[in-house]
Amino acid sequence: MIKFVNVSKVYPNGAVALENINLEIASGEFVTIIGPSGAGKTTLTKLVLAEEEPTEGTVLFENIDINALTRGQTTKLRRRVGTIFQEFRLLGSKTAYENIAFAMEAAGKSNEEIISDVPHVLQLVDLQDRMYHFPNQLSGGEKQRLAIARAIINQPEVLIADEPTGNLDEANTKEVIHILKKINDLGTTVILTTHDPILIHAVGTRLVTIQKGRVTDDEHRKIKEAR
Amino acid sequence: MFWVRLQRVLKSGWINFRRNGLVTYAAILVTTITLAMATSIFLFQGVLRHAITEVQDKVDIAVYFTTTAPEEQILELQDTLQKIPEVAYVEYNSADQQVLAFRDRHAGDYLTLQALEELGDNPFGGSIQIKAKDSTQYEAIARVIEGDNDTARQNAPIIERINYSQNKIVIDRLNSLIHNVRTIGAGVTFVLALISVVIVFTTVRLTIYIAKEEIGIMRLVGASPAYVRAPFIVGGLLYGLFAFVIMTAIFLPLTYFLNAQAGTLIGFDLYGYYLSNFLVIGGSVLGIGLGLGALSSYLAVRQYLNV
Repeated sequence: MIKFVNVSKVYPNGAVALENINLEIASGEFVTIIGPSGAGKTTLTKLVLAEEEPTEGTVLFENIDINALTRGQTTKLRRRVGTIFQEFRLLGSKTAYENIAFAMEAAGKSNEEIISDVPHVLQLVDLQDRMYHFPNQLSGGEKQRLAIARAIINQPEVLIADEPTGNLDEANTKEVIHILKKINDLGTTVILTTHDPILIHAVGTRLVTIQKGRVTDDEHRKIKEAR
Repeated sequence: MFWVRLQRVLKSGWINFRRNGLVTYAAILVTTITLAMATSIFLFQGVLRHAITEVQDKVDIAVYFTTTAPEEQILELQDTLQKIPEVAYVEYNSADQQVLAFRDRHAGDYLTLQALEELGDNPFGGSIQIKAKDSTQYEAIARVIEGDNDTARQNAPIIERINYSQNKIVIDRLNSLIHNVRTIGAGVTFVLALISVVIVFTTVRLTIYIAKEEIGIMRLVGASPAYVRAPFIVGGLLYGLFAFVIMTAIFLPLTYFLNAQAGTLIGFDLYGYYLSNFLVIGGSVLGIGLGLGALSSYLAVRQYLNV
């Protein structure tokens, strides 16, 4: 579903974020990308969202070069990808309800769908009582659950969770992982990045290790090679 | 779907406008000052036009005829002059009217009136006063009367004097003054307008700079550039609309109270001018407010959409 072919990314200041990455993620997989801070995990997710362009190589989404897409096509691609960020990236001027409604409006959903689905998804992440609260009135865990609700509301094919538990305590971390697993069980491809070793064991799926911008280990690849 | 999207954009623009609190107040305040400046420019131009017209009205050319000049010939010249496009009007005063006016002017001056009686015949000839549409055209009119042409040659024997030559220096100075005032007025208008545009544009840019992170997030959750931009443009339009309402609420009473002073100083009906030209001034200023707000928002958002 997603393919990185000889991808390198060098930022304008000369910092090498990724170096010759070759990685393939199949539909329905739960891939955990691990590595220390600054290893290039976030850059990898930004490349999938076309938020960054690779310096070399290509990133393919269903065999389509993401960076060859027009702005309109990129917008449509992003509607197929849900995203959760460590720093939540919620719309601070909108309530919890409006944050989710905005994602639905952007995807062209009808008013009826919005009125019916938003309360439902907020209930799923246990935020039904925080519907009309602004992000700055929510705790860290609540913010992240809201971000998850926004990411899944349009039933994306891929869910990218970039360090989603970085700002959460243990209880909230477990809850977030539990939700991500459930989303994956429903058929959504999940790409999770983390540097938290506790989380790695908790997830227990395909692990891709990145260090200094290079893939140094891929459990999936090992399994394939062993076969 | 178009109407649903339009409704969402309008609602979102209005909600952002309401929730942005201090930022909204600051943007409205700056836009109000700008629109006040624009209205002042319009009113200033009205005052300037009035003042120039007043001064121009005080200038004319008078042609004095000899006492023997036949009235038919004077009337013929009057007719010729009236046909010149640059001439606003020509007024003929006959010799009899001149003597009557003289008697009126010196009604209490017994000696002068007695001297007039002793002369026996009417010592005054007829005269015509010529008013040009523009003070710069007096020279051309004077050439028709005293220059080297058929009309001038034909009328030379009956003309005693023309006061254009005497007034020429004053008229030339006045024309130069009017030209300078107009040039300076246009320059001041341009500079003030430019400053206003820059101030509003910078303020709106700042309000949108604060939202630049949200703009990026909106793009990442799949909103099209147009859908992200539209509520900000609505916000810009609302800044212009509210600023216009506030500015009008200030200027209507302000011009009313200043009317007495403007009347005393330069004989200008400021309030009347503002009211009678309200559609033009108000419409232009509203257009400036809406246009500036929307255009500033459009341009300011554009640079943050490339996410």
